[in-house]
Amino acid sequence: MNAKTMPVAAGSEPNAVDYAVYHSQAIFTAEQENIFRGQTWCYLGLEAELANSGDFRSTHVGNTPVVVTRATDGTIHAWVNRCAHKGATVCRSLRGNQADGAFVCVYHQWAYDATGALVGVPFRRGMKGVGGYQADFDPAEHSLERLRVESFAGMVFGTFSPAIAPLEDFLGPVMRKYISRVFQRPVKVLGYARQFMAGNWKLYSENSRDSYHGALLHLFYPTFGIYRQSQESAGELSEEGFHNVFTVSKPKGDVDYGSFGDEANREMQGEAKLQDERLLAFRPEIADDVGLHIQSIFPSVVVQQIQNTLATRQIVPHGTDRTELVWTYFGYADDDEETTRHRLRNLNLVGPSGLISMEDGEAVELCQQGTIGAEGKRSFVEMGGDDVRQYYAPMGMDENSVRGFWKGYLGLMGNALADLAAEGRA
Amino acid sequence: MSAAAEVAQVAQSAIDDFNAAYGLCLDDDRLEQWPNLFVDDCLYQVIARENVDNGLPAAVMYCDSRAMLVDRVVALRKANVFPEHFNRHLIGRAVITGVEGDQVSAEASYVVFQTRNDGETRIYNAGKYVDRFDLSGGTVRLKSRTCIYDTLRIATLLATPI
Repeated sequence: MNAKTMPVAAGSEPNAVDYAVYHSQAIFTAEQENIFRGQTWCYLGLEAELANSGDFRSTHVGNTPVVVTRATDGTIHAWVNRCAHKGATVCRSLRGNQADGAFVCVYHQWAYDATGALVGVPFRRGMKGVGGYQADFDPAEHSLERLRVESFAGMVFGTFSPAIAPLEDFLGPVMRKYISRVFQRPVKVLGYARQFMAGNWKLYSENSRDSYHGALLHLFYPTFGIYRQSQESAGELSEEGFHNVFTVSKPKGDVDYGSFGDEANREMQGEAKLQDERLLAFRPEIADDVGLHIQSIFPSVVVQQIQNTLATRQIVPHGTDRTELVWTYFGYADDDEETTRHRLRNLNLVGPSGLISMEDGEAVELCQQGTIGAEGKRSFVEMGGDDVRQYYAPMGMDENSVRGFWKGYLGLMGNALADLAAEGRA
Repeated sequence: MSAAAEVAQVAQSAIDDFNAAYGLCLDDDRLEQWPNLFVDDCLYQVIARENVDNGLPAAVMYCDSRAMLVDRVVALRKANVFPEHFNRHLIGRAVITGVEGDQVSAEASYVVFQTRNDGETRIYNAGKYVDRFDLSGGTVRLKSRTCIYDTLRIATLLATPI
């Protein structure tokens, strides 16, 4: 095979990825099949959002609209938000409580219960002997498409795969340990923010795993002279490589960003002083000194604790260059009013307006724009080596977790990418 | 005319003038002057309507002191990276919702258009201000401004204030 016919995208490796993966519609479609509706568990929401029976929340698995519900018996269910009759959207609200437990499609009033079972069809027998469905019409064959649902530590996940191992196995022991750290006690939702990026979902997935950019793109800390070399950091990956977590422990030493400033290309100013330091105040509330915990669960959610902010960030891929990030902020159920106010103050650091994180949205778009017309060219992901290791410390000088993402991604997509390439479609 | 009605009439024009100046202050990139439009012990927040409607407090910006507004501006100037852009505020006539001495509550609809380097002007953020003004001492300053935005999908990020 000469260079001209070499499969594009199929030639990707964890340390060198064909830029076509951000732009190809065929790859995007294959991802929905192989990843989001394939052998993965996707985050649907928090149990805390479904406190009462009848509660529901609209969500997505990949680009597929899904509703997650709590039924009258307390169990949690998820189904594709697509009427079994004509494919219309059944549930039109973002969230709420369906007190009578019925979800009725407005088009022809087909009614489903919270589990997705079809429970009512108007004029099923017709009227006065005219019309209606055939005698062998079986409502059980016309339920909403259901997902398997499992929860871990209050996070609800769903999968389309009948074959995939239970959620706990998919997460693995390392991820479970860290999820349990954040969800150490019952949580309450504080609110939402939604951010829409003109970029591919994988650019954000790389970003949340990339500790190299942390203090280089996000200049808030060094600008205010808060970058501290003495902080301890570590990163861990799941076995497949595609989940990761990294933590940074509370700074212990004095301000020292001198050597960092020498290395970085952009000016490290450092002379600015924060006028209101409550913004950054950190109150350790878990039995460790970890002030930053960012955990990316493949393929679609990030769990974070940054200072006293707690959040999930759900990644919803709407198109090759359209990605929505749904931030769900929470605190602990037993927070008093003052603690909540402290969290709200800390929330200035994160989210779409986050003083230490807003740049991520811009980075995603810059990579999307910069790789237009670059199919066949590959990225260079070799900071800290070209392999994938399960443990890395200190963080910041490596792209180990980004390679881990691609290793897992290519594992799930490998054949699909090769097939697309063979057909000349990607 | 009752005393309260008289204050409301004076407040109406003072607040409309203030809001017009507030918008231009931001749109003309005079960010350093923006914190001066607030009292020291102020509250400024930008919060999604879906949160307000559901009684949820999380805001994308939550500054409960003027010092925190100053910190925002310094961070924007020196640290933060965001798409180069111009904003354009259109602020509707204020509706006075309460008068207590020289403390006046008001609400006003706003739209922020944003133009980035591609030259296209987009509706970036639409919503309403829910305000408490301090009209004492012959000046108008904000005690609190809550920007409740309808535009739940924030395009890329929200850097400069609303």
